Amino acid sequence: MNLTLRIWRQKGPEDKGRMVTYQVDDVSPDMSFLEMLDVLNERLILQGEEPIAFDHDCREGICGMCGLMINGDAHGPQRGTTACQLHMRQFSDGETIDIEPWRARAFPVIKDLVVNRNAFDRIIAAGGYITAPTGSAPEAHSTPVPKVDADAAFESAACIGCGACVAACPNGSGMLFTAAKITQLSLLPQGQPERYTRVIGMVDAHDEAGFGGCTNAGECTVVCPKGIPLDTIGRLNRDYLLATTKRGNTPGS
Amino acid sequence: MDLFTEGDPIADAKAPEGPIETRWERRRFEAKLVNPANRRKMTVIVVGTGLAGGSAAATLAEQGYRVRSYCYQDSPRRAHSIAAQGGINAAKNYRNDGDSIHRLFYDTVKGGDFRSRESNVHRLAEVSVNIIDQCVAQGVPFAREYGGLLDTRSFGGAQVQRTFYARGQTGQQLLLGAYQALERQIGLGNVEMNSRHEMLELVVVDGRARGIVVRDLVTGEISTEMADAVVLASGGYGNVFYLSTNAKGCNVTATWRAHRKGAYFANPCYTQIHPTCIPVSGDHQSKLTLMSESLRNDGRVWVPKAKGDDRSPRDIPEDERDYYLERIYPSFGNLVPRDIASRAAKNVCDEGRGVGPTKLGVYLDFADAIDRLGRKAIEAKYGNLFEMYERITGEDPYEVPMRIYPAVHYTMGGLWVDYDLQSTIPGLFVIGEANFSDHGANRLGASALMQGLADGYFVLPSTIANYLAAGPLEKVDAGHPEAVAARRDVEDRISRLLAVDGDRTVDSFHRELGQIMWEHCGMERSEAGLRKAIDEIRTLREEFWQRVRVPGDGEGLNQSLEKAGRVADFFELAELMCIDALHREESCGGHFRAEHQTPDGEAQRDDDRFAYVAAWEYTGTDEPAVLHKEDLKFEYVHPTQRSYK
Repeated sequence: MNLTLRIWRQKGPEDKGRMVTYQVDDVSPDMSFLEMLDVLNERLILQGEEPIAFDHDCREGICGMCGLMINGDAHGPQRGTTACQLHMRQFSDGETIDIEPWRARAFPVIKDLVVNRNAFDRIIAAGGYITAPTGSAPEAHSTPVPKVDADAAFESAACIGCGACVAACPNGSGMLFTAAKITQLSLLPQGQPERYTRVIGMVDAHDEAGFGGCTNAGECTVVCPKGIPLDTIGRLNRDYLLATTKRGNTPGS
Repeated sequence: MDLFTEGDPIADAKAPEGPIETRWERRRFEAKLVNPANRRKMTVIVVGTGLAGGSAAATLAEQGYRVRSYCYQDSPRRAHSIAAQGGINAAKNYRNDGDSIHRLFYDTVKGGDFRSRESNVHRLAEVSVNIIDQCVAQGVPFAREYGGLLDTRSFGGAQVQRTFYARGQTGQQLLLGAYQALERQIGLGNVEMNSRHEMLELVVVDGRARGIVVRDLVTGEISTEMADAVVLASGGYGNVFYLSTNAKGCNVTATWRAHRKGAYFANPCYTQIHPTCIPVSGDHQSKLTLMSESLRNDGRVWVPKAKGDDRSPRDIPEDERDYYLERIYPSFGNLVPRDIASRAAKNVCDEGRGVGPTKLGVYLDFADAIDRLGRKAIEAKYGNLFEMYERITGEDPYEVPMRIYPAVHYTMGGLWVDYDLQSTIPGLFVIGEANFSDHGANRLGASALMQGLADGYFVLPSTIANYLAAGPLEKVDAGHPEAVAARRDVEDRISRLLAVDGDRTVDSFHRELGQIMWEHCGMERSEAGLRKAIDEIRTLREEFWQRVRVPGDGEGLNQSLEKAGRVADFFELAELMCIDALHREESCGGHFRAEHQTPDGEAQRDDDRFAYVAAWEYTGTDEPAVLHKEDLKFEYVHPTQRSYK
């Protein structure tokens, strides 16, 4: 099939950026979306132009490195699918496709379709862990975890940190990402001692990074390739509220 | 010109003496310690943030060392360990089914086709139990039973259920555990994290590894970072084949640069080719996707009996199908080990009986299982895999059989290390897939995650202290002549790559190199094929340096430049892999030489001549490599011929 692509080109963080139109012909429906961009890039290189920069790595939907706005949808039209797993049979001959980077205050553009998502790492560094230095762990079976809790923790732990939730949110909020980690760790007995300091630390880091607040628009969960449920944000809010009543880590509170 | 010469054997891999179950404990006791106040004055560089690198960086920082960590991805959480599906082995014996440290040790040595070091493998089995404890404490959401205890399953031919798992995303969950421990140390200021940075050279001063030269992939800035020790945890080199299940960015540059500076490269020809991957669909193919080994529990593998049978699979009657694994290996059937299943698929396709548009594929058919168990049961077991298959191929595996074909998956070879995981360059430690140590000629399923975390959490943090305690080393900074020279080499190489300005893209060279390697150094190797490959690789390498076109400059983000540097190193590695495969005149594990097979076509080892590790020393491009042999002794597991018939 033959396609018209309108792609965001931006030389660097200071460049204003613009949409540029490219024609790509003889696209196989069996190609992945990123392979279609590979074909275009090969051609651009041979024409003496700079290829389009985009992030990708595993190309099997798990590393979270890829992320493209495709016709205004984070990761494109197929639900539960990262851009790298999207295939061209989802599009039709003659179509025009708009390709843009994630757009959010907390994710500045580095070049073309590549953005800086280090803010997510800073949120994790502010409490998205259980303190358990190597060697200090008790025998694994000393703490049973009810299967229903373990399964729910897994569901939230499936987040790949791609940032689609932020890109889709009208407020540029990173709440779904933050809530997924808080939910995973607060469901497990091992996560209880740091439960309330964790939520304060992570939410503060989230706000400092320039993410917007959550207004329950719910776009995040729709585009999430791993289907992280919206009610994780409810759980975060509940823990946050409780945490504010436990002032200053007062013993026993 | 000779392809290689033989040097002195490696006399001592530094494993302690005595009964095997006491060796690790003795090593830890004998190792010198660094007192906590002195640790704060010592810097360790860790390259790579996968299971091995992430866990090592976090643990060293917890112990009080200053750690500088590097990865090429935008975040340490994205290292390719994240894509591991199946599980992690540990000798917990929670099932009471006869497992033990000794049995895990035994299975791993045998599974590696008797080409690994017994002392290392035993240590791996010992610490496997601590890994599970550690990960549970971190909040890794392993699968659990209704009673709240951990679930396990069986894997890859083992007769016990020792594989712990988190659905089909075990690697992801283990890596996030290590990543979170690492982020905690970053938040505390104990680790300086440098993402989107690539190591391009090792700095060796007075024979010791003292630093690295890195390129900031965003700004293009080249810098030299000095340290008291350097740890490489940069993964495997499967992408030398261009198409593999590795992530696109996986590369050999960090270990290859260290090899050029004096670190021996061991067993480079040992490559694992996984039998169940989605076949190539066309020339545009950029990577291959694994379909979990577990599918072979219920799927039946077949091809048409007749060559060139183009009928739709559902129109081919039962008596015109060849269920070749069940036919050739009646006792193991569809569940033969990875190396056997891969080669059998290649053989039927070579006979002209392959299926699909490219004829490089075989059917994995679930029709019988769906009849027997019902569609619902199959959905519950494999639903997510079937969906992934449909997303990629556009075919519904509930209606038509899956098409699968083998693909490069893992590399058992890597930089040579001693028992302490130290390379032949003092102060340079190598962990995880980047080293050669524990899997011999074939890795068992669910053992890669075990080894990465064993090295990073438990082994390296003990052994590196012994090295550092011998210090303090003389202070050196980036102005040292060796550091300046290393940096200049990096700058010169980048200028050379940019200056060629030819008429071919990097990817076109990489694809062609991959085809040569797949054809001649893949599932089956022969003397004639390997010699031909070496000639072709040399010719292509010369062409690369005359015709490659790398657009842009070195000043900012330039993904073509990144790829060009990696492919240039793959050329040199590819040649060494072929030389290693050529010199090893036997078949073992993933290395199958056509000339060395039993009358019924199985791998034939030659323990008298080849029970050794081949460690290669670099002497210069186009200079013959020097082979150093480390003899392997089997005191506890006696080599036998594997049979699955």
